[in-house]
Amino acid sequence: MDTFASLADGFAIALTWQNLALALLGCFLGTIMGALPGLGPSNGVAILIPLAFTLGLGATPSLILLTSVYYGAMYGGRISSILLNIPGDEPAMMTCLDGHPMALKGQPGEALSLSGIASFVGAFFATWGLILLAPQLVKIALLFGPAEYFALFTLAFMTLGGVSSTNQAKSAFAAALGLGLATIGVDTQTGVPRFTFGEVHLYDGLDFLVAIVGLFALSEVFIFLENRHGGSDADATKIKIGKLYPPMSMIKQTTPTMLRTSVLGFLAGVLPGAGASLGSFISYSMEKRLVDKEGTFGKGDPRGVAAPEAGNNAAAGGALVPMLALGVPGSGTTAVLLAVLLSLNITPGPLLFTQNPDVVWGLIAALFIANFMLLALNIPMVGIFTRVLMIPSRVLMPIVAMVSFVGIYGISGSSFDLLVMIGFGVMGWVLRKLDVPLVPVILGTLLGNSMENNLRRAISIDNGDWFTLIDTPLALTLWAIGIIGFIIPLFIGGKVKKQMHEKRDEEGSISD
Amino acid sequence: MSDRIFGLFGLLLSIGFALAAFQIEESFLSDIVGPKAFPLIIATILGISSLVIALRPDPEPTWPSLLRFVEIVAAAVVMIIYAEALPEIGFVVATAFAAAYMSWRLGSKPLEAILVGVGTSVGIYVIFHLALGLSLARGPWGF
Repeated sequence: MDTFASLADGFAIALTWQNLALALLGCFLGTIMGALPGLGPSNGVAILIPLAFTLGLGATPSLILLTSVYYGAMYGGRISSILLNIPGDEPAMMTCLDGHPMALKGQPGEALSLSGIASFVGAFFATWGLILLAPQLVKIALLFGPAEYFALFTLAFMTLGGVSSTNQAKSAFAAALGLGLATIGVDTQTGVPRFTFGEVHLYDGLDFLVAIVGLFALSEVFIFLENRHGGSDADATKIKIGKLYPPMSMIKQTTPTMLRTSVLGFLAGVLPGAGASLGSFISYSMEKRLVDKEGTFGKGDPRGVAAPEAGNNAAAGGALVPMLALGVPGSGTTAVLLAVLLSLNITPGPLLFTQNPDVVWGLIAALFIANFMLLALNIPMVGIFTRVLMIPSRVLMPIVAMVSFVGIYGISGSSFDLLVMIGFGVMGWVLRKLDVPLVPVILGTLLGNSMENNLRRAISIDNGDWFTLIDTPLALTLWAIGIIGFIIPLFIGGKVKKQMHEKRDEEGSISD
Repeated sequence: MSDRIFGLFGLLLSIGFALAAFQIEESFLSDIVGPKAFPLIIATILGISSLVIALRPDPEPTWPSLLRFVEIVAAAVVMIIYAEALPEIGFVVATAFAAAYMSWRLGSKPLEAILVGVGTSVGIYVIFHLALGLSLARGPWGF
C-alpha cells in the first residue's frame, strides 16, 4: 500500500502544467530522434542534457524531459525500420525483419500502429515492473558497504562488454580508458592533482557531459562525413501509410506475444550490461521459436512486429531499475541518464528512494503519463513523424553538431571544453572504427570517482587489508556473478552477437 | 594490422599512465591507500587488455580512403577553428560558417549549404537564446 501512496504523491508532482508540457515535448523530440537514422536514444538524450541543465530546470523536470525522450526514441526507432528497412536506432533492428515485409505487403499503417500498441504494452508493464522491483532491490542495496559497492561497480563493467562488444579485451580496454579519464583532476581525498600536467583547466577533472556529447553525438557526425552520406533514404512513395488501425483480429492474435515478450524484455533490461537491443533480440528469437509453426516469421508476420517492439520498450523500462536503485546503469542511454542525475548533484542508489522520493516517484508517474502521450502521438499522428524521415542528413547533421556545441558552451562558456569535446569526437570515431564499445568508456568516466572512493574507504576501514574486498558473502556473490558474466561471452557470446549483428546497419546508431 | 598497432598504442598509453601515476606527489595527510593505487590498477588492466588486443587481433576494419580520411581531419580542424573563433566573432557568424561547411561537405550545393548554415545558426539563436534565454557567445556585434 505504501507503494501506491508514493505513486499517488508522484502523480501530484508530475501533474503540473510545466511537467506535462516537458513530457509532451520530450515524447515528441524523442520519437523524432528515434525515427531518424543517425540519432538514437543515447546521443539524442546526450545533446539535450546540457540544454536541460542550462535552462535551469530542476531535478524532476529535467528527468521527466529526458526520460520521455528515452521512451520516445524507443517508440520512434520502429518507424524507419518498417518503412525503409533501416533501423532508426539499434534496438529497432529486429523490427526490420517482419515490419518491412509487412509494409511491402501493403500494410505499412497496420505495422506502424500494431508496433505502437506493442511498444505501449511493453513500456506499460515495464513501468509497473520498475515500481515493484526497484524498492526490493533498494532493500538489498541498503546492506551494501563500500566493499560491496566496489564489487558491484566491477560487476557492471565486467558484464557490460558481454553484449555490447564482440571482443572482451576491447570492452575491458574501454572500461579502463574511461576509469583512467575519471582519475584526471584533483584527488578528492588528499587534494593532490593527478595527471593534470600543469593545465589549470584539468584541475576540476574532465566534465563527463563533454565526454558523452563528444563520444556519442560528434562521432556520429564524423561517421556521416566519412561515408559522405548526405541524402535521405526516404522518398514520398515509401512513406505512404494507408490504413492506420490494425484489425481487432490482429491485435487479438498478437496479445499473448506482447505479454510474453514484455516480461522477457523487462528481465533482459534489468540484467546489467544488456539494454534494449538485447531485449528486442531475445524477444524476437523466443517468439519465433515458440509460435512460428508455419514459417511466416520474416515474411511479415504481425507477431514478428509485436515481439521486438514490446521487448525493446520493456527492456528500456527494465534498464531504469538498476540505474535508479543501485546507481549502476546497464545500458548506454541509462548511463547518460545517470550523468543527468550526477550533474544535478543527486546520487542515485538506495538513498535516492529515501532522500529524494519526489524525484523517483515523480519520474515514475511521468513515465506513465508519457507512455499514454506516446501512444497518442504514435498512432493517429504517426504521419508527422514519417515526414521527418525525408530530411536529408546533409541538413540534419550540421544541426546535430551545432546543437552539441551550443549545449556544451552553454554550461561552461569556455572554448577549452569545446576542444576537449572535439577530441572526444575524434576518439569516438577511431574507437568505433576499431569496434571498441563506447558505453564502458562513458560508464568509466561517470563511475570512476565513486568506484575509487569506495575502494579506498573499504580498505581504510579495515586498516589497509586488501582482502576486505572479498570478505563478506554478499561481496563474494557479486564478484562471482561478475566473473561469470565476463567469462560466459568468451564462449557463447560470438554466436549470439553474430545473429544480432547480421542486420546491423553501417550507419546505425550507437549500441544501447 | 590495425588491432596490432592499436594494441601497441594502448600498451604505450598504459605505461605512460603508470609512469605518470608514480609521479603523483603524496600528501602528508593521506589515507592508507593513497592516490596512486587506483590509477596503477587501471594501468594494469589497460596494459593487459592492450596486450591481448595486439596478440589476438580482430579482422581488419574497413578504413576510409585517404581522401575520406582527409575529409574527417578537415572537419575536425574546422571544428577547432570554430571553437577558437566563437568568443571572437560571436555565435551567429561562426555557427553559420561551420554549419555551412559541414552541409557542403555532406553533399549540399553551395547555395543550399549557405541556406542550411544561416538557417541553423539563426534558428538556434532564436530558439535557444531569444526564446529560452540560453547564453551564447557574444561577438563584437553583440550576437
